[in-house]
Amino acid sequence: MKYVLKKTASMLITLLVVSFLVFAAFALIPGDPATRLAGMEGTPEQIEAIRARLGLDAPLVVRYGRWIAGLLRGDLGSSYIYPDSVWSLLKGTVPVTAALALIAFFFTMLIAFPLGVYTAKYENTIPDRIVTVLNQVIMAVPPFLTGVVFSALFGMVLKWFTPGAYVPFSRSASGFFAYLLLPAFCIALPKACMATKMLRASMLEESVSDYARTAYSRGNTVDGVMYRHLLKNASLPVVTFLGMALTDMLVGSIVVEKIFDIPGLSSILINSISNRDYPVVQAAILLIAIIIMVVNLATDLLYRLLDPRIET
Amino acid sequence: MKENEVILTVKDLHIEFHDHGQPETAVEDFDLTLRAGEIVGIVGESGSGKSMSALAIAGLLRRRAMMTRTGEILFEGNDLLSCDRATLRSVQGAKIAMIFQEPMTSLNPVMRIGRQVGEILKIHYPEISKEERKKQVLKTMSQVGLRDCETLYDMYPHELSGGMRQRIMIAAAMIGNPQILIADEPTTALDITTQAKIVKLLRKINEVRHTAILFISHDLSLVSQLCHRVIVMQKGRIVEEGSAAEIFEHPKDAYTKELIAAIPKVDLSEGEEA
Amino acid sequence: MAVIRYLKRHDNAYLRAGLIITLGLLLLVLLNRLFAGDVNAMDASSKNLGISLAHPMGTDKFGRDIFGRVMYGTRVSLMIAAGTVAIGVISGIVIGAFAGYFGGILDTVISRIVDALFAFPSILLALVFVSLLGTGTWQLVLSLGIAFIPSFARIVRAEYLRASARDYVASARLQGASHLRVMFVHILPNVKSVLLSSIMIGFNNAVLAEAGLSFLGIGTKPPFDSLGQMLNDARGQILLRPLLVLGPGITIILLVLGFSLIGEGLRKEV
Repeated sequence: MKYVLKKTASMLITLLVVSFLVFAAFALIPGDPATRLAGMEGTPEQIEAIRARLGLDAPLVVRYGRWIAGLLRGDLGSSYIYPDSVWSLLKGTVPVTAALALIAFFFTMLIAFPLGVYTAKYENTIPDRIVTVLNQVIMAVPPFLTGVVFSALFGMVLKWFTPGAYVPFSRSASGFFAYLLLPAFCIALPKACMATKMLRASMLEESVSDYARTAYSRGNTVDGVMYRHLLKNASLPVVTFLGMALTDMLVGSIVVEKIFDIPGLSSILINSISNRDYPVVQAAILLIAIIIMVVNLATDLLYRLLDPRIET
Repeated sequence: MKENEVILTVKDLHIEFHDHGQPETAVEDFDLTLRAGEIVGIVGESGSGKSMSALAIAGLLRRRAMMTRTGEILFEGNDLLSCDRATLRSVQGAKIAMIFQEPMTSLNPVMRIGRQVGEILKIHYPEISKEERKKQVLKTMSQVGLRDCETLYDMYPHELSGGMRQRIMIAAAMIGNPQILIADEPTTALDITTQAKIVKLLRKINEVRHTAILFISHDLSLVSQLCHRVIVMQKGRIVEEGSAAEIFEHPKDAYTKELIAAIPKVDLSEGEEA
Repeated sequence: MAVIRYLKRHDNAYLRAGLIITLGLLLLVLLNRLFAGDVNAMDASSKNLGISLAHPMGTDKFGRDIFGRVMYGTRVSLMIAAGTVAIGVISGIVIGAFAGYFGGILDTVISRIVDALFAFPSILLALVFVSLLGTGTWQLVLSLGIAFIPSFARIVRAEYLRASARDYVASARLQGASHLRVMFVHILPNVKSVLLSSIMIGFNNAVLAEAGLSFLGIGTKPPFDSLGQMLNDARGQILLRPLLVLGPGITIILLVLGFSLIGEGLRKEV
């Protein structure tokens, strides 16, 4: 319990630092948004008025304070480009991206654990060699390529789904998840291969350990040793990897969303970056950072749960 | 089980490795008879083949393409060297149990003590209920001299001292009441005081349960304290065999004499290590 | 040629396969650069041609040779990756060396920052820097380069931490070598092999990250079309002209596969 509190506190401090860095970075870049908003014919008075309206005339720390205070109220300011508030632009998109990444994460585990254990058990047999070679190649395939090819193959040639016919969760939960399956699979593929490879190596490393020998001396079958003894030990490094993979897939979702026309963070983030709509970019990046830090915290706690040897 | 009945016979055991082109002999012409209730010591320096022979008897040599094993290990009418895996497994743990040199690494670091001690029951006697199993685990743990077993039951190996860990290993091996306990250098990783306690415990187990013990060690003085009979090995071969008193007081082989002469030195270095 | 001699001595399937793929690809790029004309020149008379000896992948709707464009894109992707890795490695070495060698408060502060940044995927860091620096090829290289610093700094720091306790470091200091000399003349050659394999993994990640950003449209700008950019431009035509997508796509796979195999092969040698 103490451990959880300590980790959470340390996460909140990091969050504060990260949010300040994000805020300061965008506040300090050259190019005054007020000048740009005022347009080519903007008079100095007009620019001043815009600056005052956006709160840009206050010192950096004050503006940061206002931003954080707003954040806690769910008010992230207003977009430079769109007439809407930043919060209304982003609030619908984050859960979609998170859902996509989570489905991809489940795919990753669903593929990696059985396949990793299987290939370790049948080390150096023909199926193991085939999987090992395939793994190495698929790891090199970027999700956007699988996305483009699969959406053409399954969407346009085989017509298993209609590309672009995204179903909002509010309309149909099953339709929503069904539409996300293929993109999630594309995101998961390379990570699943890496995790498989890692679990296999880790299982093989543990299989020559002293405690594995002890387990055999008690009359365990190979399966008994693998599932009762090796798997938990071998999972430890994989858990760390999976945590990082989940954060990677969160960002990876952004690329794949574009192919499947999924209204997640992708389009709003990319548009805002291209248009230098900083309030939106800032807020989006902060939201992603928060999710990533929560994931990291969860990974930490899970690791501690699995490995009793970790102190404090 | 009758007193003095032969329960294990090893005949002509040969183990050879072919990893580096040239065959390397690890064990040759190894013969052994083990009687019920007997403690036999196998002594020799590292690489003498003593541990390899012990692992072979326990059925724990990994089956590798690069290794050939010939000979016979007869136990209850089966040849443990050539029988099928299922027969071997029915012997392992239930009838022949083993403890190892490094109690830290030989215990599963992420499994609670209680589950590890009770594993042999779970494998060989699945009909025993969970509650009954726990009861037996706690009983065996207290029999090997552990205190506060209820607390230990839910702890992990890294939370215990080396001596306690070795007692846990012994409890885990003895819970199925095996006929033979193979102890592969069980005290080498421990300090001298703990060594003596573990040896005392093994002797007590032998006296109370009549378990035959195969005690592998490089330490002739420990072996002479504990064992009824001693086998001295060098470079994969048995060089001398006899009762502990015989070997210790009238060694015939030059190598055995060397080992005896080396006793104080060996003990000293042990003390420093621990 | 040292490479070939090395491979004859060592039986390392990863390294061999990786070198064959990467060197083969580099050779193709080089030959194309030397003997093909301007791959970006449009030619109305050769629009949408099929596969032929002159055009191994056919031509696109502007009459450009697709194979030549893929080779050109490979060159752009490789150069961006090289720039990225160069920025990441050089800054990573300096930061990691100071932190690992001197230790103390400096190390604590640097490690904290580096670890915090390392927790975020490098593509996300690159996205942040792209939005700060603006889009464009040079901005892209700089953004990706900065995003890659934490991973290199971590590796270098760990190596320097280990090396600074070694005897040869103490004896070099006793002989009057300055700290800087010890760090970069004595220790650096000893971390070379570890660094080399992480540089290869860095290339692998840089190619992927650049392709991802370019695919999003915030990466390279014409005329520096990278493979990811080409893929993005052509994805609507996948059924019409599959090679427009598969050409750059498979090349990305080969690039990444080659570098990752070399990286893994090198790691096995260490």
